[in-house]
Amino acid sequence: MIRFDDVHKSFGSHQVLKGVTAGIGKGEVVCLIGPSGSGKSTLLRCVNGLETYQSGRIAIDGQPVDAESSGIHDIRTRVSMVFQRFNLFPHRTALENVMEGPLYVLRQDAAEVRERAVALLTRVGLADKVNAYPGSLSGGQQQRVAIARALAMQPQAILFDEPTSALDPEMVGEVLQVMRALAEEHMTMLVVTHEIQFAREVADSVLFLDGGRIVEQGPAGEILRNPKHERTQDFLRRVTHPV
Amino acid sequence: MSKFLTQSAEYMPLLLKGLWLTIAVTILALCLATVLGLVWALLRTSGIRALAAPTRVLVEFVRGIPILVILFYIYFVMPEIGIDLTAFQAGVIGLALTYSCYIGETFRAGIEAVDKGQVEAAKSIGMKRPLMMRRVVLPQAFRIVLPPYANNVVMLLKDSSQVSVISVAELTMQGKMLASSTFNNMTVFTLVALLYLCLTIPLNFVMRRVEIAMGKAP
Repeated sequence: MIRFDDVHKSFGSHQVLKGVTAGIGKGEVVCLIGPSGSGKSTLLRCVNGLETYQSGRIAIDGQPVDAESSGIHDIRTRVSMVFQRFNLFPHRTALENVMEGPLYVLRQDAAEVRERAVALLTRVGLADKVNAYPGSLSGGQQQRVAIARALAMQPQAILFDEPTSALDPEMVGEVLQVMRALAEEHMTMLVVTHEIQFAREVADSVLFLDGGRIVEQGPAGEILRNPKHERTQDFLRRVTHPV
Repeated sequence: MSKFLTQSAEYMPLLLKGLWLTIAVTILALCLATVLGLVWALLRTSGIRALAAPTRVLVEFVRGIPILVILFYIYFVMPEIGIDLTAFQAGVIGLALTYSCYIGETFRAGIEAVDKGQVEAAKSIGMKRPLMMRRVVLPQAFRIVLPPYANNVVMLLKDSSQVSVISVAELTMQGKMLASSTFNNMTVFTLVALLYLCLTIPLNFVMRRVEIAMGKAP
């Protein structure tokens, strides 16, 4: 459903992506792992046109992604995103945050949208925070609202950009649990993460990026247990045994 | 003191007439300047060079010319190219044009101060620019710019005295005329100053209350 074909991207003279080719099938959960600066967030952000790429091709269900074209808005309504820093709208309540897209972008019926938004917030365990403003919520709660906001668009896929990296450790679990439930419902998910344990348990496959290239890709269990490439081995050793 | 009071009672009706004109000029110019300022800010942050560059030139030009010269220009030069304006109209337009540039720069700073993550979040749910500005960026930008905007409002009120140079009979002008006909400079200009304070002090107070209210709001 999402295809990368030889994607190249540079910021000025600095090449961030040096030819990435990969595919994500419908209902698949794919984790992008790799050291910081490896280009994984950039790759993710290219999928919904928050970044442009210079050459190669990214396509969603065969429709090429071009950040400069007007079709990008349509793609963004089909592929939602969850950010590292949540990026909830601070001047709107949790419910309004979730309703914003369906109501104002998709122009769906308000009563229906509200009902669905309440259901989504309930699903992420925030039924009692419907009218709370983001400022009064914890990081974990905010990220769960952000996931509900992404789901409210009824997307075909969700992109997660290090969704737990800005959270206090004790809040990581609640967010991963929501993501795990989504995976079990076969939501297509592309997840940039440092949570190797999560990748091992939930991901169908893993892409290991280093220096703008995919060093290794394959089924999560295989890559995370028996990495073939030396750099993957080294990376996994360092993130699982930091000391 | 009693002399001051009797003179005050005598001068007040004329000064109040001027005061009303000051209020009228200020409110009209402020409305116009705010709308224009928002337009300048949106053009400058549009990311479209053909819109941003000319706006920038206009803003730089207007900000670089003293307000008195702008008023003279509108009132005395415009008729030569067939645009005849009353002193009142010229005054309002001159003030509005000048302040639209200050206010526009204030708004632009506010728009640019909104977290980039907000723009990305808005984009990520498929918002196009106009909707994003209306629903996400401007509501947050307004909160940021409120203190400097309030400052602009007070400065505009005080600068409305400048339109006296093109014979708009607002408060300062009335004061000047009264003073030159009665020679009671002390009484007249004290009253003029007090009347301005009667406007600016409550205005500052109201603006501060609004700020506090908005600061408390999430």
